[in-house]
Amino acid sequence: MDKFTVLTAIAAPLPEANIDTDKIIPARFLKTTKRSGLGVHAFDGMRYNQDGSEKPDFVLNREPYRKAGILITHDNLGCGSSREHAPWALLDFGISCVIAPSFADIFFNNCFKNGILPIRLPREICDALMDDARLGANGRLTVDLERQVVVRPDGEEIAFEIDPLRKRLLLEGLDDIGQTLQHAGAISTFEAARARHQPWQPRIVID
Amino acid sequence: MAARTLFDKIWDSHVVERLEDGTAILYIDRHLVHEVTSPQAFEGLRISGRRLRRPDATIAVVDHNVPTSDRTLPIEEPESRNQIETLERNVREFGVPYFPLLSERQGIVHVVGPEQGISLPGMTIVCGDSHTSTHGAMGALAFGIGTSEVEHVMATQTLLQKPALNMKVVVEGTLGAGVTAKDVMLAIIGTIGTAGGTGYVIEFAGSTIRGLDMAGRMTICNMSIEAGARAGLVAPDETTFEYVRGRPFAPQGEAFEQAVAYWKTLVGDEDAQYDKIVELRAEDIPPVLTWGTSPETVIPVSGTVPDPAAETDGAKRAQLQRMLDYMGLEAGQKIAGVPVDVVFIGSCTNSRIEDLRSAAAIVAGRHVAAGVRAMVVPGSGIVKAQAEREGLDRVFLDAGFEWREAGCSMCLGMNPDRLTPGQRCASTSNRNFEGRQGPGGRTHLLSPAMAAAAAVTGHLTDVRELI
Repeated sequence: MDKFTVLTAIAAPLPEANIDTDKIIPARFLKTTKRSGLGVHAFDGMRYNQDGSEKPDFVLNREPYRKAGILITHDNLGCGSSREHAPWALLDFGISCVIAPSFADIFFNNCFKNGILPIRLPREICDALMDDARLGANGRLTVDLERQVVVRPDGEEIAFEIDPLRKRLLLEGLDDIGQTLQHAGAISTFEAARARHQPWQPRIVID
Repeated sequence: MAARTLFDKIWDSHVVERLEDGTAILYIDRHLVHEVTSPQAFEGLRISGRRLRRPDATIAVVDHNVPTSDRTLPIEEPESRNQIETLERNVREFGVPYFPLLSERQGIVHVVGPEQGISLPGMTIVCGDSHTSTHGAMGALAFGIGTSEVEHVMATQTLLQKPALNMKVVVEGTLGAGVTAKDVMLAIIGTIGTAGGTGYVIEFAGSTIRGLDMAGRMTICNMSIEAGARAGLVAPDETTFEYVRGRPFAPQGEAFEQAVAYWKTLVGDEDAQYDKIVELRAEDIPPVLTWGTSPETVIPVSGTVPDPAAETDGAKRAQLQRMLDYMGLEAGQKIAGVPVDVVFIGSCTNSRIEDLRSAAAIVAGRHVAAGVRAMVVPGSGIVKAQAEREGLDRVFLDAGFEWREAGCSMCLGMNPDRLTPGQRCASTSNRNFEGRQGPGGRTHLLSPAMAAAAAVTGHLTDVRELI
């Protein structure tokens, strides 16, 4: 996983609420056995006509947003399916930071596992950042994770909250399996105690 | 110790260790694996040289991609075939117990888990699928995870989690004729919205919930995620214990009695505090359905499609208008009477034997309306066989329904069962998002009985007219 430290990028405004993970990546593109290559299908239904041509009005089909690194939306971003293909598709497109007033839980989690920083900010601030984003290449935003600020084009800094543990994992680009396996002894102890106290817990064995 | 909710109790009993910022290493009892969200996780294990820690706590099944037609034929779509073959290679390599495509025990993972006694009260259960919340009906803490977390559970049998907030949804009273668990859950989602449960685990309680059979409770918990909650719960009771008794992978004999003694402790303390409480009266819930492209767009079947002009927030108004346009409906239009092209009875929400009985009761002695394609996709091979023993397959086939093999099917259209652009579907599934059942497809979510009513009349219909 790539480290996330400071990102300065074009931000794409997508002022919609409840953008679900089916919208971010429809189910018919989930047949891959890889993590990469999904960017071309990101937002398929909003981005392409049924004949495969681009919808010219959709933000990610317009310059300079084809190179957007940040996406700003309204409430409840990433609701619906748990598919991690949604953050994979965003990342493959080039988006590594998403800003919204609220997120669905599973999507929020999945972002961190892939080096994408999801930032919760109040709706009116998201709207202001969207106004910045509409300036296109002149409205680049800077996201500084260490300092926990979004820097607007005029230099104004907007603070955001993040869990300390998640911040550290993102900054260091750490795999949290390795982190958890440092506690392997505690897991074994827990398992053994459980087997003693609840000997009736069945194991799954198929002959 | 402070009074605890059911969620608190299950949570506390699975904490291996608490880390610096309140994150817990949470032990996982059951990991359900399917072909779509697992290949990258198995690949991750392989690359890092890690082993699967507990194959005996893991079960794999194919469901999302599988064709629901003749299973003896090769799978036509090459990518679907590849995903299924990849899972089969992975379960062999890592020693994962597996119900293959041709096994009678194959089916939708959220139907199979409870049916086989794999999902039990008090457990933590995860799967790379958001409808894992279904298993909460057993009185288990069950939630969907992403593929990175799938790999994390494979390698460590734990997850890094922070505790959720507690919400209680209380439904009291007696359901009217033609009103089912699906109507109750859609009514709840219509009340709290698709983000209403974000950050919470919802415990469903009250006399109406108590009165539901396990299938009904599963329907309710299944759609917790459509209310934004990762997990839904129902405290286990005699209905639960009787359901579990004798299931193939459940504890048997003396072990079962010991288990029940423990499971009886899995109720919230009387003075436990909830962060949020929502109350509904069963008598206030009519048969309902969705009109738009979000599961919260719930209206009574006797109702009309809302008018975006009444919405003061500009962004919301635009979104409502977009939904109307996508769905091909007019503001103020009566929803009953809107013609349908397809009827889909199936999915992890509503494909259990009780659901099929409920639909068959409406279909019996009637025929699918001209021009309507109607299909029943049982939730598992076991459900299918049971239905056939009861003669339900004949009821559906004689009425002009398709009677298919088990799988996720048209709930999300990963297999060939898909809507074509503009087609309108009365569906017992769980999501009505744009393109969910196929690009351009239009989905109305409703109960199996309401779906059956739409099939025989050819339009969205108040099922009470057919009882």
